[in-house]
Amino acid sequence: MAISLNVNGETHEIDVDPATPLLYVLRNDLELNAAKFGCGLGQCGACTVVVDGEAVLSCVTPVSLMEGREITTVEGLGTIEEPGPLQAAFMEMQAAQCGYCIPGMMMSAHVLLRKNAEPSDREIRDALMTNLCRCGTHMRILAAIRRAGELMQQASAPTERRAG
Amino acid sequence: MTIIPKDEFNTQGRNGITRRRVLVGTGALIVSFAIAPHVSAQPQPAPPAAAPEPPQLPGSLNDARRLDSWIRIDAEGEITVFTGKVELGQGIKTALRQVAAEELEVEPGEINLVTADTGRTPDEGFTAGSQSMQNSGTAIRNAAAQVREILITEAARRWNVPRETLRAEAKSIVAQDGRTIGYGELVTDQLLAVEAQPESLLKSPDKLRVMGQSLPRVDIPGKVTGGVAYVQDLRLEGMLHARVVRPPSPSAQLQEVDTAAVEQMPGVVSVIRDGSFLAVVAEGEFQAISAMRALQQAARWTEQPVLPDQNNLQAFLEATKGDIGTVAEEGSPEVTGKIFEATFRRPYQIHGSIGPSCAVAHMDNGQLTVWSHTQGVYPDQEAIAEMLGMDIAQVRVIHMEGSGCYGHNGADDAAADAALIASAVPGRPIRVQWMREDEHAWEPFGPAMLTKIRAGVGDDGRITGWNYELWSNLHSSRPGGAGNLLAARHRAQAFAVPAPRFNISQSGNGDRNANPLYVFPNRRVLWHYVPETPLRVSALRALGAYANVFSIESTMDELALLAGTDPVEFRLRHLEDPRARAVVERAAEEFGWSSGAPKGDRGRGFAFARYKNHAAYLAVALELELERETGRTRVSRAVAAIDSGEAVNPDGIRNQTQGGIIQATSWTLFEQVTFDNTRVTSTDWSSYPILRFPSAPDSVEVHVIDSPGQPFLGTGEAAQGPTPAAIGNAFRQLTGVRLYDLPFTRERVKQAIGV
Repeated sequence: MAISLNVNGETHEIDVDPATPLLYVLRNDLELNAAKFGCGLGQCGACTVVVDGEAVLSCVTPVSLMEGREITTVEGLGTIEEPGPLQAAFMEMQAAQCGYCIPGMMMSAHVLLRKNAEPSDREIRDALMTNLCRCGTHMRILAAIRRAGELMQQASAPTERRAG
Repeated sequence: MTIIPKDEFNTQGRNGITRRRVLVGTGALIVSFAIAPHVSAQPQPAPPAAAPEPPQLPGSLNDARRLDSWIRIDAEGEITVFTGKVELGQGIKTALRQVAAEELEVEPGEINLVTADTGRTPDEGFTAGSQSMQNSGTAIRNAAAQVREILITEAARRWNVPRETLRAEAKSIVAQDGRTIGYGELVTDQLLAVEAQPESLLKSPDKLRVMGQSLPRVDIPGKVTGGVAYVQDLRLEGMLHARVVRPPSPSAQLQEVDTAAVEQMPGVVSVIRDGSFLAVVAEGEFQAISAMRALQQAARWTEQPVLPDQNNLQAFLEATKGDIGTVAEEGSPEVTGKIFEATFRRPYQIHGSIGPSCAVAHMDNGQLTVWSHTQGVYPDQEAIAEMLGMDIAQVRVIHMEGSGCYGHNGADDAAADAALIASAVPGRPIRVQWMREDEHAWEPFGPAMLTKIRAGVGDDGRITGWNYELWSNLHSSRPGGAGNLLAARHRAQAFAVPAPRFNISQSGNGDRNANPLYVFPNRRVLWHYVPETPLRVSALRALGAYANVFSIESTMDELALLAGTDPVEFRLRHLEDPRARAVVERAAEEFGWSSGAPKGDRGRGFAFARYKNHAAYLAVALELELERETGRTRVSRAVAAIDSGEAVNPDGIRNQTQGGIIQATSWTLFEQVTFDNTRVTSTDWSSYPILRFPSAPDSVEVHVIDSPGQPFLGTGEAAQGPTPAAIGNAFRQLTGVRLYDLPFTRERVKQAIGV
């Protein structure tokens, strides 16, 4: 079945079994690395992406439901040369050990910060409830998300010089 | 500033691996690979009697003795450093660059680093035991210093000036008159193709520029922007996807399976059956998963109820017929004075990497290449070659990072799965990734343990004697030996599981840290070896140190109570090593121990250990909060002090130690493998819960005590033992009740406090 997918602002025509979870299409057909397979059960959050502004577990979401939706992955947040605020914050706070869970964390945080740039500690923890980290990087992940909120506010402040 | 060395850029392209260009060009030195003969855990043939004993060289240089095994410089001055160790998420790629850059007088970003690859790097066995800095860091630092001095000597010879007048700076040797000559120009012929010397002219601690700095990790930018970072991200031309149908239980044998329907499923290329090894290969990943699920339905297995009673592991462990080893003996085993006696128990626990194990293998004209997140590329190469009946020279194992590694997980098995499937489906690369239930049920577990203590304290407030016994499997079943690979075990021509060899070693295994570092006159420490392994077990971060330090440090608090002494003061009373005392004092001071216990439903606890009794020193003080109605506990604040020798990257030490504290907290509050008499039943994150964000602490502070000029001691496992004990001690301080059974589940907590 042919499906039209909008990922990070680009449209892709994919021929795929409609039951295929979105995760495998992102990773294998579109060759996007950030969303990870962790459990295939919607329990760990490693596969989290953003669909129409909400965090979605791509390992249990059939691609057939994605037609006409706006999908964002970590690749849509910036590049290694020009990282977005979340990416810059995770680098600045050195908020990774193995890093496998981090893209999912960033997508959950992205949804939170878009709605609330100054979340409380409790709100951040609740937003990350689904996301598991096994290396124990929790304190740095929390710090990076707080820092990303600051960077986002600075970027949207009216006095800030906009990149031309 | 973020320093990203070139090879990191090269491997972070989104669409697959870019071959590193280093060593491909016309490098002056690339004459031959100076890889030492295979040195692993296996015994080596004895050298001829007449051969003189070679001198002991620092770190892993002793095994791979030529400088150009470790460092090569090409005609353009490109520097490549080779390590047999691997990145596990611990930051070793960054720290090793710092060490090399320091002694070579270059910037870390100018170092290309090649990690474990049987085709290119020295054999450093396994990346395990918190030994990468001791072994590889020490080797690379010494090799780099010796290379620098060789370059200075060569420049002095060419210019005919005294070498003392020259210095190394920015990839050049500089003379007093300002003349310079680049490293690339100096390195010709076989200049570095020489054996390393036992002594090196290392830079003195006050001259260090790069070591001791918290440089940003080189791998993080790629990992947070969607770069190719893991073997899971490897996409090769023509690659197929495979899944293995693992047996439903450890004893299960495949009786029959009708594969005809599965073979007709969309995208299926092949169904492979070899004894109880069952796998499917498909064009697409989800096609492989769908076919695997169908095969699971089609397969008929015979199973035996061979597992012990999960609710009485003590009986299983005590019933062992294994040998008893004496770990330590001093004075008399008699214990006098006020006596504390207890039994502690630890369940089976999993590594539980967030990304299930994965590997890619390609059989191409009889040559097999395997990309794996194994901890030991050389032992894996040997085991895979044995499994497939291939010559070792036909098998190359290349390390690529996986999801976080905390010991012997499914990495080697996934590599064997991919290799076996690739040998059945040659010509196209085969990618295997385990499913979540494969990882939870089939990775080797950290073994269950039982410990018994009887210790006393005299009227003088000092420990009189210490009688400690532990029951444990060996915590190691790594390959060497194909029989340690699941695929080889399950084949029709099955490889037998190699019998582990019980022995008492300096680093310890099940008995790691079983002998307290504290000074007192009488002690006896015994290990009742448990050879029976109804559940597969191997190395999980810290091995026996987790249960042993938990037992020892719980006991220290009880003895302090019997002595009527503050627990920190009681520990200091029995510690003579000044570095041990320093971490205890520092953790207590930074925590504010002297200001007394917290109020309300919070308790505080303290614990200390020197990992393996010869590696890093770590003390931790923490606060535990208790919700009495639900039995829910949470570590709210932890403060640790660690001395891991000369600190190369202090933030890396902090990051790993914070992680160790939080991971050990998760083990301690939540984690146990569950099983019935036949099958493992904890097969996902809901049946095997781990710590989630709402249970994470408010703060975890780590204070690094630098020891300039001292040997590297390693960091990764130091927190695993003290953390559970500090939690137990905090619970005891708050409630007056001691918890003896790990994990401290809500049910156990409620039972303990009578709710």
